[in-house]
Amino acid sequence: MPQTLYEKLWQDHVVHQEADGTALIYIDRHLVHEVTSPQAFEGLKLAGRKPWRVSSIVATADHNTPTDHWDRGIEDPVSRLQVETLDANIREVGALAYFPFRDPRQGIVHVVGPESGATLPGMTVVCGDSHTSTHGAFACMAHGIGTSEVEHVLATQCLLQKRSKTMLVRVEGVLGKGVTAKDVALAIIGRIGTAGGTGYAIEFGGSVLRALSMEGRMTICNMAIEAGARLGLVAVDEVTIDYLRGRPLAPKGHLWEQAVAAWRQLHSDADASFDRVVDISGDEIRPQVTWGTSPEMVVPVDSCVPDPSSEPDPVKREGMERALRYMGLRARQPIREIRLDKIFIGSCTNSRIEDLRAAAAVVQGRKVADGIRLALVVPGSGLVKRQAEDEGLDRVFRAAGFEWREPGCSMCLAMNADRLQPGERCASTSNRNFEGRQGTGGRTHLVSPEMAAAAAIAGHFCDVDEWQ
Amino acid sequence: MEKFVRLDGLVAPLDRANVDTDAIIPKQFLKSIKRSGFGPNLFDEWRYLDVGEPGQDVSQRPLNPDFVLNQERYRGAQILLTRKNFGCGSSREHAPWALLDFGFRAVIAESFADIFFNNCFKNGILPIVLSAGEIDRLFWLVEATPGCRLIVDLERQRVIRTDGETLPFVVDAFRRECLLNGWDDIGLTLRHADLIRAFEDRRRSEQPWLFA
Ligand code: SF4
Repeated sequence: MPQTLYEKLWQDHVVHQEADGTALIYIDRHLVHEVTSPQAFEGLKLAGRKPWRVSSIVATADHNTPTDHWDRGIEDPVSRLQVETLDANIREVGALAYFPFRDPRQGIVHVVGPESGATLPGMTVVCGDSHTSTHGAFACMAHGIGTSEVEHVLATQCLLQKRSKTMLVRVEGVLGKGVTAKDVALAIIGRIGTAGGTGYAIEFGGSVLRALSMEGRMTICNMAIEAGARLGLVAVDEVTIDYLRGRPLAPKGHLWEQAVAAWRQLHSDADASFDRVVDISGDEIRPQVTWGTSPEMVVPVDSCVPDPSSEPDPVKREGMERALRYMGLRARQPIREIRLDKIFIGSCTNSRIEDLRAAAAVVQGRKVADGIRLALVVPGSGLVKRQAEDEGLDRVFRAAGFEWREPGCSMCLAMNADRLQPGERCASTSNRNFEGRQGTGGRTHLVSPEMAAAAAIAGHFCDVDEWQ
Repeated sequence: MEKFVRLDGLVAPLDRANVDTDAIIPKQFLKSIKRSGFGPNLFDEWRYLDVGEPGQDVSQRPLNPDFVLNQERYRGAQILLTRKNFGCGSSREHAPWALLDFGFRAVIAESFADIFFNNCFKNGILPIVLSAGEIDRLFWLVEATPGCRLIVDLERQRVIRTDGETLPFVVDAFRRECLLNGWDDIGLTLRHADLIRAFEDRRRSEQPWLFA
């Protein structure tokens, strides 16, 4: 029987199955960060249990860590306690690798995993964070879990799971100028909706995906959760293998050869059937900007804010009206006229070296507009930061008036000091534009790094092809 | 985990679709390293007129009189009625912890986000999916009837209205068993420790690079 990639991965990890289909799934890689793990470690200890396999654990601190003045440590006592609790827990139980606060390799867990080679094709990867879907770019069965499940994985190396339905999102064609992986992700969510993928594992395929770098594929899988799917997948090809070669935790020597041979099987069979197939024309995707408080509220930059009065569904209409009020926008207002207060380039969606290069290319030789109060670049990890500095990108950003910060989640969720003030409007390369996500009353527009950079220079959204 | 068998509770209507986990519990409250104490900050940005920070005395904060949970008639509600895609967003379990800490034991919606749905079962909260039509009628009923209660019967998988109408729902057999008995997942899984060990040994010999 021909199988989809998801079915292959699923079958390869079933330890045991209950009569109703609930299966015990083996977990290969457990990524741990400070926010969702303290209660799990505590639960483990209270029950007198030991971790099953500590060599599956890779840990880092990212959500709470400050992005400047690292010499001062973490000034917020509550955040500091959370980070110190992670330190203490890892010191006690151990891990394959730990990148604590201020380690040169510290960073956002979903950036650190792939770049260290801790994420390998064919693995099950879990983390107490919904954007674990990012790792699916490596043909991993990767998804977010809650704290009870973090404890469950620590104690048993397994999770209780139900098999998902399968969806193939096929993006064929060639992307236009200024159109990035982020725009593809937003266009897909605009098409299927934020609940469109609920219950599905989405595999992304088609010529557009094949032509993307690993960074671009990670951006798309990262946003799978915003389409409601717990996990996104991309098949293994040469791009995957080239990315992994030589990474610190990737296999070496004859093990590498053996691994690569196995990885080459990680794709859907030619005639495998999916529960749902969505076809999207890559040629038609334009640079995207969200206008509302859900990632599905998205339109091309050269269009206007939609008009709720033309929405027939009353629940949807009310949602649109509420979003417009929150966002301080008018129906039919051109997107290009929306003026920004802050710019955020960062997050596990778009803080990898390729994202920073693309943004720097737009910024090069220009200045941030007068109306912009703060333009932030927060690299995804210490290693991304160092590489960007080696390439001189930090100087490009600084010369234009951007702040160049230490790595972490930062203003993606505003758990540290980086946040929006009530009413402030931000062009952000992150993944969520929910009410209050970047600070109470803050207004978020999700965009690509190129768009965020162009908006910083112009002071408002603009067609990014004009810049190239 | 506390058992869930049958619940006869007051219903509070939250008439919004796509209620996300950041709305259920804003992130400034996630810095706690405890599992409890999140109830006073459930729906914080909607419930209070000021900006919430950890460690405040909530009794001194100005309440938003328009927010449904602040209305006297819904005080003590144990069942939350809401619209589609409830719990979208983050995987943080703080969202079900906050609901539970506030007193909710069941949430009725047209649909739920996957991870949140799963997290509810791990904490003794029953998420119930009903059709859009049934939800509409429940909203109507709850708003028209002060003190409206529902009976949630997990054993027979049905919601019973005070007028006697019953609305059947379906829960996975395994999850239902766990909730009915208040079983701890980890204990259940560890009964299969030998199977896990055997699986792991085979995997280690077939794909040794995964264990480097
Ligand atoms: S960058 Fe944002 S979305 Fe990603 S892990 Fe951090 S907080 Fe979550």
